[in-house]
Amino acid sequence: MNRSAEVSESSGLPGAAAGISAEALISLRADMIRFAQLQLRNAETAEDLVQESIEAALRHSSTFAGQSTLKTWVFAILRNRIIDHLRTAKRTVPMSSLVDEGEDWQERLETLFNEMGGWRDDARPVAWPNPEESMQTQQFWGVFEACLDHLPTNTGRVFMMREFLGFESDEICAQLGISTSNCHVILHRARLKLRGCMESGWGRRPVEAKC
Amino acid sequence: MLSCKEVTEICSREQDMPLALREKMGLHTHLMMCTGCSNFRKQMAVLRQAMKFYAEGKAVTADPDERPLE
Repeated sequence: MNRSAEVSESSGLPGAAAGISAEALISLRADMIRFAQLQLRNAETAEDLVQESIEAALRHSSTFAGQSTLKTWVFAILRNRIIDHLRTAKRTVPMSSLVDEGEDWQERLETLFNEMGGWRDDARPVAWPNPEESMQTQQFWGVFEACLDHLPTNTGRVFMMREFLGFESDEICAQLGISTSNCHVILHRARLKLRGCMESGWGRRPVEAKC
Repeated sequence: MLSCKEVTEICSREQDMPLALREKMGLHTHLMMCTGCSNFRKQMAVLRQAMKFYAEGKAVTADPDERPLE
């Protein structure tokens, strides 16, 4: 099943063809490579997929109607290519590296929870101010991207498979050859870290980043 | 009675698969009494939403070409 087929690249874009310039696409290239590398952890593959996506976007530029932003449209193409690549690639994360990243996990949990499993006072989550509105601001996304970057390599990769590429957790476990419970532990670890980082960098007003 | 530590694990797992009825009941009982975990659960939803935007290329980045004119 080829998710990056023409159909998905032109779907949801009815109306007059707007056409796009190569320059506009090239200006998005750095962002795209960043995305692809974050997921694939391989500079060469990332560059290839970005290049293919830019070419595909140019080939199908007549289907871009300017309804979504150019960036949204091009990223949807890139995302499909990454999904296809991962579906055909075999197990790419050695189990040992996933385990390694979990070594400080118990320690980390002890800084968050007391012996009874209750939140420690300084770790208890606070209510984030207006998340919906904040998502319209550069400040939010600046912190968000920085926090994603701070995830340990393979933890981040599993998290991105789930949340960015939209794989079901079962499929991730199968692809990476890890147990379901391991898979959930890794995703939980990623979310716990990400939310902690977001709260330090953005959720609490005086910014004293701990991440 | 579930601990906060267990509840955070359930709140994460809830993002990936349906919970068993008993877990759901335990979760909601805990959330009624615990602000920290209630905030945590809302944050899981924010992260999910943010990742969705991010995946769709809707993040507001500092790209100068995309900044609105002032």
